[in-house]
Amino acid sequence: MFDIVAFIPRAIGQSVPLLFGCSGEIITEKSGNLNLGIPGVMYVGGISGVIGAFFYEQSCAGGDMNGFLAIMIPLLCSLTGSLIMGLIYCLLTVTLRANQNVTGLAMTTFGVGIGNFFGGSLIKLSGADVPSIALSRTSAYYSKALPFAANLGWFGKIFLSYGFLCYAAFLIAIVSAIILFKTRAGLHLRAVGENPGTADAAGINVSKYKYLATCIGCMIAGLGGLYYVMDYASGVWSNDAFGDRGWLAIALVIFSIWNPLIGIFASILFGGLYIVYLYIPTGMDYMEFKELYKMIPYVVTLFVLVLTSMRNKRENQPPASLGLSFFREER
Amino acid sequence: MAEAAVKLVNITKRFGQVTANSNVSLEINKGEILALLGENGSGKTTLMNMLSSIYYPDEGQIIKKKKEVSISSPRIAYELGIGMVHQHFKLVDVLTATENIILGLEGKLNKKEAAGKIKEICDKYGFDINPDQKIYDMSVSQKQTVEIVKVLYRGANILILDEPTAVLTPQESEKLFNVMRNMKADGKALVIITHKMHEVESISDRVAILRKGEYVGSLMTKDTNASEMTDMMVGRSVSLNIARPKPVNPKPRIRVEGLTVKNIEGINKLTDVSFTANSGEILGIAGISGCGQKELLEAIAGLQPAESGSIKYINDVGEEEELLGKDPRKIEELGVALSFVPEDRLGMGLVGNMDLSDNMMLRSFRQGKTPFTERKSPHSLAEKVVDDLEVVTPSIETPVRRLSGGNVQKILVGREIAHAPTVLLTAYAVRGLDINSSYTIYDLINKQKEKGVAVIFVGEDLDVLLEISDKILVLCGGEVSGIVEAEKTDKNTIGLMMTKVMNENTDAKEE
Repeated sequence: MFDIVAFIPRAIGQSVPLLFGCSGEIITEKSGNLNLGIPGVMYVGGISGVIGAFFYEQSCAGGDMNGFLAIMIPLLCSLTGSLIMGLIYCLLTVTLRANQNVTGLAMTTFGVGIGNFFGGSLIKLSGADVPSIALSRTSAYYSKALPFAANLGWFGKIFLSYGFLCYAAFLIAIVSAIILFKTRAGLHLRAVGENPGTADAAGINVSKYKYLATCIGCMIAGLGGLYYVMDYASGVWSNDAFGDRGWLAIALVIFSIWNPLIGIFASILFGGLYIVYLYIPTGMDYMEFKELYKMIPYVVTLFVLVLTSMRNKRENQPPASLGLSFFREER
Repeated sequence: MAEAAVKLVNITKRFGQVTANSNVSLEINKGEILALLGENGSGKTTLMNMLSSIYYPDEGQIIKKKKEVSISSPRIAYELGIGMVHQHFKLVDVLTATENIILGLEGKLNKKEAAGKIKEICDKYGFDINPDQKIYDMSVSQKQTVEIVKVLYRGANILILDEPTAVLTPQESEKLFNVMRNMKADGKALVIITHKMHEVESISDRVAILRKGEYVGSLMTKDTNASEMTDMMVGRSVSLNIARPKPVNPKPRIRVEGLTVKNIEGINKLTDVSFTANSGEILGIAGISGCGQKELLEAIAGLQPAESGSIKYINDVGEEEELLGKDPRKIEELGVALSFVPEDRLGMGLVGNMDLSDNMMLRSFRQGKTPFTERKSPHSLAEKVVDDLEVVTPSIETPVRRLSGGNVQKILVGREIAHAPTVLLTAYAVRGLDINSSYTIYDLINKQKEKGVAVIFVGEDLDVLLEISDKILVLCGGEVSGIVEAEKTDKNTIGLMMTKVMNENTDAKEE
């Protein structure tokens, strides 16, 4: 039988890293920066948190951990790590006007490399006999559900059984939608992404908006990496475990037509598709079908990309100057 | 003496080796409409861009209210009450009129309040816009209105309009002029850059003339006339007459019969169009813009599939060849050249990032025998076009997008004419060109005609059409409302034919 009460929390757990990545990339792309470095940024966000947590856990190896510090140290490390990635990307593409695609791809390679390098070093340091580090004490703080969740049966399980970062993901998506579509800052940001020349002539500081949007977007995306390690994977870091989630997040941006609210539904849908193979009963004789079911999210991604390219409403198109550098004195 | 709203004193601006403005001093007065005249590339737009902060002057002062000001950002320009409507609109397509108008302002976002204020401005000066309409749904003239309202919304009392009528129909221009007169009566200072002499004469109080970046002088409009202004602009006397040599031995070259073209939505853009274009003749095409001119030329050039009808190419010995359904390249090889100047100029025919000679090569790159491109002849062609049409460019190696609008256009038109065609299709060849270059182009077209080329000339300016064409075909909503002899008709008749189809007037020209 398909166990819906068990399936939904797992699907949502899967969707959170996607949602962080998707919201972050939407904000970035609205400024006209196509940041293909998001997978790398999420990696860096993850490993930075792991580094912070690792040293904090080491420093209180014998005694008790302070709950506030156990959360704040990895969180700040993670935000700083992804902020640095964002700043590098902006310096290269906004200030030095490098090609955004190339820069983004390089950032991904770089971020994944950094993640695996420090991950490997920490595994050596911890002297573990498996190729992973377990930060279960920190993870316990990150994945702590609301105290009364257990008493509310299926309702508690579906809605209340998550760590705080999960709620933060949904909140950030909603807040970004409000900022993008209801405030003056959002209007200016959209103008920058659509037509930076016009925004500039209207007195908007184009570089400032591009820097801010990209850096904030990177920090949000980096939280996806942190959530993945600390909550979803119960504090276990192993190299390359994060997988293709970063790329899926970028595809989700297109699927959600640059609207974080649609991003919420899109990421839950894709989170579900990502693990649905575990829940489709196949029986022991047809185990190979499971491998086929694993393809589902990627096949759906392909379909979605084809479908979205056929939509022709102007509002649903990517920001007009997406991927282009802005030169002021250029005609 | 009128009160100066802003004064430019000894302004100089250089771009690398090129001096765009040298030592220009100019006063802009309140309650006055100043026309800024000059050839393409004479530095009119650059000068005005320094007032609106797009550029910063290298030398000289800008003085407002007896104090020197430094206009270093668009925000400061707005604070000083200076607003400019650029030739290329600065609007975000996916936003509404209101959103575009309030873009860049501070404070809480309140679209309702803003829409109210916009309505107030519209009522005061006689504009007509819907604040909630998206820009991409608007016509060119509506977009322009949004631009002007945007400037007024920010409290501008000095308005600069850069070639505002280049993209408008005569009726829309008249509407704009009425609004401009209202603004003038309200005490605002207006500057208009335009190439159309009759507009200068009808709207402006004073003209200031620039030549090659230098200030030549200013005149009161009522004390001068078109030919004096043109002479000052060019620096020598220019004749403002278009020759119309008699057609020599005209023979049918292109015969269009019953041509019907539908657009993607299935709406008829051309309905049952028939005519014959003769060699050695200029067939003018008149019509309100968007009445099928583009589709007609594209159908002949093989770029537009037709629903029904036929287009026959007839060579010198009278053999006929069907053009419909033929590959555009084959049609080109027959000698059919198309130069269509779209509203944004670069949209068709030129690649902005490529230099002059590479753009010339777009027409000839297939001709070489070896796998390597032959670069010499495009280079010399580029030099020839630059020479003949007096294109202002730092060098042949400059990317086309760096040139001023008029110069870009000269290159496009120059290339198509130099293609030695048997049929020359040209639309809006002089759109936005200064008067001297326009006459150079009319001259070039006439030379082609004398060589026996069949010219189809789509134009906006009826005066020019009447002077240059041998016959004029009038389109109205995709139908032919008549073909008339240019010498035997007048502007009013054609104007009437442009607005309604009159079958009884149709001259049975087609044999």
